[in-house]
This record gives sequence, structure tokens and C-alpha cells, in this order.
Amino acid sequence: MRSRDLGFRLSVGAFAAALLLVVAAIGFELARQSWPSLQRFGFDFWRTSTWDPVAGEFGALPFIWGTLYSSILALLIATPISLGIAVFVSELCPPMLRSPLIFLTELLAAIPSIVYGLWGIFVLVPFVRMLETWTPESVRAISLFSGPPLGVGMLAAGLVLAVMVVPFTSAVAREVLKTVPVTQREAAYALGATRFEAIRAAMFFARTGIVGAIMLGFGRALGETMAVTMVIGNNPQVSLSLFAPQYTMSAVIANEFTEATDELYLSALVEIGLVLFIITLLVNGLSRALIWSMARRMPSKAAA
Amino acid sequence: MNTPSLRHAALTVATVVLTACGGGAQPQPSAAENATQNLQINGAGATFPYPIYSKWFSEYNKLHPNVRINYQSIGSGGGIRQLLNQTVFFGATDGPMADEQLKSAPGPILHLPTVLGAVVPVYNVPGVTAELKFTGPVLADMYLGEVKKWNDPAIAKLNPGVKLPASDITIVHRSDGSGTTYIFVDYLSKVSPEFKTTVGVNTSVNWPVGVGGKGNEGVTGLVSQSPGSVGYVELIYALQTKIGFGDVQNAAGEFVKASVDSVTRAAAAASANMPADFRVSITNAEGAGSYPISSFTWILLYENPTDKAAAKAMVDFMHWALSDGQKYCADLGYAPLPDSVVKLEEAALQKIKVS
Amino acid sequence: MTASPRKILSSLFVAACALSVALALVPLVLIMFFVISQGIQSLNLDFFIHDPRPVGEVGGGMRNAIVGTLMLTGLAAAIAVPIGVVSGIYLSEYRGTRFASTVRFAADTLNGVPSIVIGVFAYGVAVLPFRHFSMLAGGLALGIMMIPIIARTTEELLLLVPHALREGALALGATRAKAVITVLVPAALPGIITGVVLALARVAGETAPLLFTSFGNPFFSTSLTQPVSSITVQVFNYAISPYEDWHRQAWAGALVLVTIVLICSVLARLATARVARIGGQ
Repeated sequence: MRSRDLGFRLSVGAFAAALLLVVAAIGFELARQSWPSLQRFGFDFWRTSTWDPVAGEFGALPFIWGTLYSSILALLIATPISLGIAVFVSELCPPMLRSPLIFLTELLAAIPSIVYGLWGIFVLVPFVRMLETWTPESVRAISLFSGPPLGVGMLAAGLVLAVMVVPFTSAVAREVLKTVPVTQREAAYALGATRFEAIRAAMFFARTGIVGAIMLGFGRALGETMAVTMVIGNNPQVSLSLFAPQYTMSAVIANEFTEATDELYLSALVEIGLVLFIITLLVNGLSRALIWSMARRMPSKAAA
Repeated sequence: MNTPSLRHAALTVATVVLTACGGGAQPQPSAAENATQNLQINGAGATFPYPIYSKWFSEYNKLHPNVRINYQSIGSGGGIRQLLNQTVFFGATDGPMADEQLKSAPGPILHLPTVLGAVVPVYNVPGVTAELKFTGPVLADMYLGEVKKWNDPAIAKLNPGVKLPASDITIVHRSDGSGTTYIFVDYLSKVSPEFKTTVGVNTSVNWPVGVGGKGNEGVTGLVSQSPGSVGYVELIYALQTKIGFGDVQNAAGEFVKASVDSVTRAAAAASANMPADFRVSITNAEGAGSYPISSFTWILLYENPTDKAAAKAMVDFMHWALSDGQKYCADLGYAPLPDSVVKLEEAALQKIKVS
Repeated sequence: MTASPRKILSSLFVAACALSVALALVPLVLIMFFVISQGIQSLNLDFFIHDPRPVGEVGGGMRNAIVGTLMLTGLAAAIAVPIGVVSGIYLSEYRGTRFASTVRFAADTLNGVPSIVIGVFAYGVAVLPFRHFSMLAGGLALGIMMIPIIARTTEELLLLVPHALREGALALGATRAKAVITVLVPAALPGIITGVVLALARVAGETAPLLFTSFGNPFFSTSLTQPVSSITVQVFNYAISPYEDWHRQAWAGALVLVTIVLICSVLARLATARVARIGGQ
């Protein structure tokens, strides 16, 4: 029995090792190809804001800012909506509506990102421009809303990313909620809970799965390229304003990679890929810590 | 142990890996599938000539059904890189290769101009339906952020009688690296020393002001949707989308609107001093009626490639493109090469070793 | 007892959930309307049985691209489903180990890597050494992108299978392997399938990684070692061109792509519904 279990563990572990190997290989390749840029700029790459291919000056701060800002904004918008959808579909809606609604949210995931980008240019950006033009002067004074009403900018990017993240987070959250045992809810109702309180209990039970769903959505937002670059304005500046055109890491790589021919330029672009890789590592580390502290408080899901 | 699925999966992965290794064992770049029968030649590069190249390759395939030329528009820089890596047989670029790149290549490379293109200033100014006139220095100042409003005296002086509003100019440029940008900044750097030192020439530059649209269509989209904006796009885009574009003053002082004719004239003027390797910029060309923001686009071929069958086919194709192929240009909005340039190229093609 | 604060809160909550659904549906309706109205005109028989034609010639289609996308995603799934599902099994079964934590960390990181970076990686590994663009390289790039989604979803879903099932299997004398494979995985199968479908949807719509790997091909090709066309690359090429006809074909292509992904999703659901019924879930 034990040897067969060992065999299982090794063969299953081999696949997990393959995953690890792929990620390590990607990290290694990124580091190797960005070596000229790493040597030349060192940590300044993370701090400086000039991106000048002609002069050979490369600083990635505006892109780092843009990626984090747009992804967090997308997450803030998408998470409540995704959870709302997940709860509605798994708990609240009449059974007849369930399949059509699931179908519709998956439709959102099936739309290619370039279509989101084109829709963004032709429909979303004019809409955002309209919103920006209508913003009263008093609100415009706040730095969060300052700047000319261009339409393209952080707000449009955050909205498009949110729409793209929703199907992922809501689908996984929905599956996770579905597997919460009925007894949990029955117990809550037996104790006199309202619908809200019963659902809250179910969500608490499935909390690590839900955090996992949110992280999946965050990863999607961090790595999205095409749709963002079409609506964000592509201006490398660090700005707090939602209305200002800004730039993200994946967008600059996608825009300039195929045209970059000199070695330093290429390695600077690859280094941006490396920076994104590292940031994703850091964000994951933080969420791991979050999940660990959550699981610690109530050891409901004992390890198998 | 009942693991049919695991075993099956492992087998699939193994097969895939083995096929990848076996299938990729050919050392030659983008070689033919079967030398006597179907020849597939892969090329990559600029997006600007994609429509005309796809027309050419399709027509050529009709004449020679066993020759399939596959061209993908991944960008001029991408084309150069793939050519240097020898993953494609030929490249295509809107901006000529730099000396260091040519030196680093595994073998000598020929630049062969195929068609001409032009970059035009497109704009969307509320209340203005007339064709605006620009000069190089004024455009440079606009893109430097020094001319900020539409009714600035510099613009008004060039357009007497046109009611220009007092609104801000929204500058639109390209976010992605591109030959179109290269041509535009090459021109602006020639006519404005300040632009040359502040911004410079490359497929991607550090723009002092403005928003970036992705691709020609991104710029066209942004300009047509944003009142008070100005951008630069390839002539074909302006013609096809029917967006308004302005005249630009050429070196002879005339205000010229971009057209197939005015672009060909710019090339003809430059062909008198054509360098042997065809690497020349024809922006701000001399000569009456020439459009100042014009450019060649080139196909790049190794002089001594390993795949002789493909070399023979490509040389034959180039002869066809330089003669019959030029007929298809005007319909698609490209300017054909002047005869003087075609003659020089036919001679240069002899350099490619086909046996 | 009317309108106690708890009840009001509950009603507000329910209303908020319904509102989220409505909010999500708005962009969906807008986008689908946009795509359908633009694309339906070009959707005729020619579209499916012909290869692309140059501008100005009628009757061009996307036959090669449709076949290419199907083959590429099939290849990607062949690579990603085994690695993803089995890794997910490892992550849930051997949860506490340091190795599992590392792998989980790696999977989440991989999920955040932009598709173009993965394309560049696949280029360095599967194209450059062979001096050859190929369908295999494209499948590899897409497969890499699918793995983390499948792995994490599998892990999360396996963890939520009730302990009773596992304990029951073990009590009946099954080895760990048998318990996992014959009891737990089938129980979590609908969720795992959702993960696979999500991953497929994610990669079917990708363009950037394919530009450096499967490259593109105006001709019809099913060879694993030659460049191959795909709907996304073709749509991209058409969308960035200046020609109205090509734009319409691009929209039609987008419409076909969305339909293919949906059909896969529906088929997958039907298949697992049957499995669940047979398994007596």
C-alpha cells in the first residue's frame, strides 16, 4: 500500500514539478535576456520615469504605476460584481434562470481581447469622455479627476479590465459556493438567519476559494495587453488622475517589442517583463499571507 | 492501478514532444517542403505594405501554383530580427537597417525598394471643413507642445480665411513602434533642429506630449473621435476612412497634398542620387510637386542564402513585382516606383546567388 | 415583525446581487450587439470554405484560420490539461508540503505573466533553435498559459469535496491514488471542466503569443511543423488594415471565435452532466 502511494505521489509530483520548471524557465529566460539593461540601469530602472528609445534612456516607473493602478482599479470594480453574480446564480435566482445566466457570463470570457479593445475605442471611450465632460468643476479640482476630457485614460482601462475579469472571478466563485455543503446553510437558517446572514456564512466557509477566485482575476488584469493598450492613452506618466492617459507594462512590451532592434532597447523591454514577473510574485506572496492568516483563525478545512 | 487517463495523458505529451523534436530537425531557414513540388517561403516585416504584398503573393501564386509565399506583418523591427535569426527567408521594413545591424548579420543583405508610401497629417477641428495647410516646422512645434491652440498665429498665418477655434490641440501619435512613426519623425527632424535634438529619429520615440493610439487605425479612431485633435497616419488609411488630411509644404515651398502622383515624384527626385544599397530617406525631397513626407518600403534578402530554390523563386518574384506587380499599386492606394529606381534594382538583383 | 434592520440589510443584499448581474450584462449586450451587427454581413458560406483573398477580391474566407485555431487550442489543451489537472491534484493532496506551496506560488505567478512574454519565451524555446515557426510552438505557448488556470481551479475544487467521500473511499480499502482518481476527481469534475473551459476561452482569444510562434499563414495548412493561421491573428491583421471589407471579415471572425468557445463550453457541460448523473452525485 505504501509503495503504491509513493508511486502515486511521485508521478503526480512530476507533473507539478513540470509546472514549476516552466515558471522557473520563464523567469530565468527573462533575467538572461534583460541582462544588458540590468547591468546598465540597475535599480534606477524601477525609479526613473524617462522612456527614450532614441537616447537609450529607460526607466520603468510609469509602467509599473500604470499596471498596478489599472489592475487594482479593475479589481475594486469587478470583485463586488463578480461575487454578486456568483451569489445570485448559486443561491438566489430561480433555477430556470441559472443556466442562461451562467451561459451569458461565460460569453463574456469567450470574447477575444482584441474585440474588447475595439469595442473600447468605439463605444467605451466616447462614453467615458462624455462622463468626463459632465464632471462638475468642483469635482475636477480633486487630483483624482483632473485633466482634459480625452476619454482614453485610466478610467477607461479600469472599466475594460473589470469587464474582462468578471467572468473569471465569478465563474470560480460560483463553483466554489456551489460546493459549500447544504448543511451549513440549513444550520444558519435554523438559527434564524436572514438570507444575507446565511449566505455570508457560506462565503466564510468558502473564503479561501473565493480569495483564490479574486487572485485569478487579478492575474488576468495584470497580464492583459491588447484591450488595455487601445483605451489607456499610452502616455508614460505617473498620475493619480483617473482621466489621465497612462501606460502599463504589458502594453509597452506589446507596442514596442516587434519594432525594437537594438540590444539595449530589447533588453529594457524584456526587463519590464521581468519586473512584471517579480511584481506578480510579490502580490502572490501577499495574498498567500492573507489566506494563511484567514485559514489559521478557523481550521475548518483540515488537510486531507 | 487504474490510471488509464494518466497513462494516456503521458503518452500524448510524449508524442507531442517527440514530434516537435523530430519535425524541427531541419537546419535550413524556412525551407521548402518538397523541392520539386510545393515551395513555401516565409517572410515577415512591415505592416504598411501588407495589403499590396498579400495581393502580389496571391497573384504570383496564380501564375506559379507551386510557389507559396507567406508574409506576416509583425512590424519592421520584427521582420529585421527574424531575418537576422534566419527564421524567415526575407524581411520587409519601412525604415532601412542600421549599419550595426547589417554588420551583425550572418551574411550580406540587400535592401530592395518595392513601393512608396506617404504619411499625412489628419485632424478633427470643430467647425473646420476646409483643407488645412501645414509646414514642417509648424507640425514639429505642435508635436513638441509649443504650439498649443488651433488659433495660434503660426497655424492661422498658413490658413488665411479659415476660422480656427481657440481650443486646445490634442496631439495623437503612435503608441506602438512603427515605420510610419519613423518616416514622420525623420521628416520633422530634418525641418526642425529642435525636434531632432529633443525627440530624434526611431520607430519609437519619447513624445513630449500627446496620447498614443495603437496602429494606424488606433490613431485614426482617436482623431475622428476627439474634437480638436491632430495625428499622423499612412496615406491609405486616410483615403480609405475618408478622414480629412492636410497639405504639407515641401522643400520647393509649394503646399502639396499627398497622392499617388506627388509621392512618386518625391522618389523620382531622390533617385538621381540613389546610393547603391538603396538605403535612402526621401523625406523633404526636392522637386516640384513632390510630397515631403514620403518613403520607400524595402524587402530584405540575403545575397547568398542557403536555400537556392527559394532564392531563385524570390528573385523571379521580385522581377515580376517590379514590372507587372506595380500595376496593382494605384488601386490599393500605393505609389509605384519610378522607372529610374526599377532599372537600378533589376541590376542589383543579379547579386543574389541562385545556384 | 416587519422591517427589522437585519431583514432590510438582507433585502438590500439580494437587490445588490441582482444589480451586479444586470451591470455585468450591460457590456455583454453592448459588445455582442456591436460584434454581431458588424460581422453578420460577412458571415456566409464562403467564409467557412475559402481561404483569405487579397483586398478587392470577393469570396475570401477564413477556413484556414478556423481550422488553425481549432488545432492550436486542441494542442494547447493536450499539453495543459494533463499537467494542469494532475498538478492541481498534487496541490490539493499534498497541501501542507513546502513543495506544494512553491508550486502554487509558481502557478499564480504564471497566471499573471502577460501573454506576449510567454510568446517570447516559446519563441526562444521552440522556434529559434529550429529556425522554424510552427503550430507546435503556438500550441506550446497557449498551453503554458492554460496550465495555471486549470491547476488552481482543480486544486480549489478538489479541496471542497466533502471529507465524507474521501473517508468513505479510504475506509473501503482504496489506496490514496484510487480514492483520488475514482472518487474525488469525478466528484469535482464539473468544477474542473469549468476551469478547463475558462482556460480555453482565455487562450482562444490570444493574438500576441501566436505572432512569434505559429506566425500565420494565408494558405491552408495542417502541418504541425509549419506556420499556421489562426482566427485571432487573422482578425488582428484585418482589423488594423484600412479596408472596410476586411474589417467586416474581422468582425465575422470574432463572431465565429466566440461561437466556437461557447459550443465547447456547452458540450463540456453536457458531458459532465452525464458523468455526474452516472456517478450518482
